[in-house]
Amino acid sequence: MAIDTMRACGDYRTSYAADQTIFATRLTMLFCVAAVILLCVLPLFASRYTLSLFIQMGYLGIAALGLNILVGFSGQISIGHAVFFGFGGFASAYLANQGVPVPLAIVLAGVWTTVVGLIFGLPAARVKGLYLAIATLAAQFILQDFFVRAEWFTGGTHGAMAPPFTLFGYDLSSDQYYFYVVLFFVVVTYLGATNLMRSRDGRALIAVRDHYLSAEMMGVNLAKYRTMAFGISSFYAGIGGALYAHYVGFMSVEGLDILFSIQFLGMIIIGGLGSIMGSLMGTVFMVLLPEATGWLAGALSGSALDQALHLKDGITYLREMLIGLAIILFLIFEPDGLAHRWKQIKAYWKLYPFSY
Amino acid sequence: MSTTTPGAQGASHASALLDVRDISLRFGGLKALTNVSFHVAPGELFSIIGPNGAGKTSMLNCISGRYTPTEGRVFFQGKDVTRLKPNKRAAIGIGRTFQNLALFGHMSVLDNIMVGRHHLLKNNFLTGSLYWIGGAQKEELEHRRVVEEVIDFLEIQHVRKATAGTLSYGLRKRVELARAVALEPKLILLDEPMAGMNQEEKEDMARTIVDLNEEWGMTIIMIEHDMGVVMDISHRVMVLDFGKKLVEGLPADVLANEHVRKAYLGEEDPLLEEETSPVALSA
Repeated sequence: MAIDTMRACGDYRTSYAADQTIFATRLTMLFCVAAVILLCVLPLFASRYTLSLFIQMGYLGIAALGLNILVGFSGQISIGHAVFFGFGGFASAYLANQGVPVPLAIVLAGVWTTVVGLIFGLPAARVKGLYLAIATLAAQFILQDFFVRAEWFTGGTHGAMAPPFTLFGYDLSSDQYYFYVVLFFVVVTYLGATNLMRSRDGRALIAVRDHYLSAEMMGVNLAKYRTMAFGISSFYAGIGGALYAHYVGFMSVEGLDILFSIQFLGMIIIGGLGSIMGSLMGTVFMVLLPEATGWLAGALSGSALDQALHLKDGITYLREMLIGLAIILFLIFEPDGLAHRWKQIKAYWKLYPFSY
Repeated sequence: MSTTTPGAQGASHASALLDVRDISLRFGGLKALTNVSFHVAPGELFSIIGPNGAGKTSMLNCISGRYTPTEGRVFFQGKDVTRLKPNKRAAIGIGRTFQNLALFGHMSVLDNIMVGRHHLLKNNFLTGSLYWIGGAQKEELEHRRVVEEVIDFLEIQHVRKATAGTLSYGLRKRVELARAVALEPKLILLDEPMAGMNQEEKEDMARTIVDLNEEWGMTIIMIEHDMGVVMDISHRVMVLDFGKKLVEGLPADVLANEHVRKAYLGEEDPLLEEETSPVALSA
């Protein structure tokens, strides 16, 4: 029996299938579908700049989801996520230049990145915590160096051209159309991750995070699942990177540094570790934060604060500082991230106006 | 306690479900276990008792694979499993609960128990991600049905959607048992299932354990400090002290044994000083 309210006042489900749905009620599902439809009509009236922001949220959101599966769900750590993002971009550009159709190249790039992620995830079978962090740091530097040296693959320091996205002969590389491409990938990857977390292997990943000793007693192979988390995480990073490469049309090693990796960590901490939608919320926050900073600096221009701090010149630094500040504030006041805050807001309205 | 209870006669080694032979476990100079041998027949409810630090949990860890014994062998269904990894043992039918709660704190009770089905489920990260395509959904729902039976059996229906870490102590113990039962083990190892419970909870738990043994046909090895419960429900009892086996036999005989009383009252016992074989009590 489907439920036509936002939050049911009781449990009316009568089958296990109804109890294991992604959305608790039909109305929540309809709201989600409506949100996607709303996004679908967005390119009709949104400006090119707004669209570019949404596209950015999309491909970064997919990569952030990958990192959240690794850090939030399987309880490991990676401070080299940016290079997997980069590897996906280079791989897709390389494949597309070899004649592989771009949509296929993007998926294949994800698979290639998975393999690379598995290789660099091998230490995870043995080490944990800080030691693992250092091992992933090695991945960051090794791959960054590889990108510079492997000219046949990445074009070296010059970078690689990524052909525009075409499907059945139609060029979909303009922002207006590429928006739909990214939206499609976002919906598919987020649905995939949600499904993963409600089936066998996803549960095993969470079990390894929460109590690895008893997970092992329940028949979960620790080494396998710890490494697998790296593989899955890299797949999402690779897809995100590939989407980025074909959007920009050019992939370069620049920007794939450790700061970018840490930015990904910032996204999932702000969004909520161990929350699928939190990954997207954190990404949206991270993408909009610089916009807000720019807007704020514009609003303050000419004021005493502007004269004292030279906001216009220091805007880049200000953005970096604000990201740092946001992470710290979230760690103190909302360590479970935006996703948790959203849950609390829903809980508040469920009981409104009698919140006692 | 009647002597006609299944397994109470002391099964022969050949038909034993679990056969532990001359297990010794040393951590550097510390002897956690010294030459302990015993066997458990199918369908038996076997208890291990002994003072704190006697090596009871170490014994369970050797059986479940957390520790590899320094010497000796463990046979399960006639196969040598001494060096088998813990996650492989779940698949051959050894399940366990922990002395200190070891639930997956952030998962729901339902998901905790579903993890117990891990080795019985076949869907993987690929079919799991596709869910509706490839049969993962169908499989999950089939196993959900079995899990619901376990939930009914342990009477934890009301908390099935609750986050495991938020439950009370007694409930968490039940969930942990449910998770081990969901594994469908042939042998289930219970490490102090009643520790920290009040009288009523203990009685419930004792009933549950007896039902598991008699109705679900599971062989049980239990560590427990509550002598009343142990003597009431066990078919056979083994006493460990300082890593050595003191006695093994019917509950009444064990209770009457002078070595056991000495161990619990803390008197000197020459048996522990000498390298003698443990006293065998005839059933």
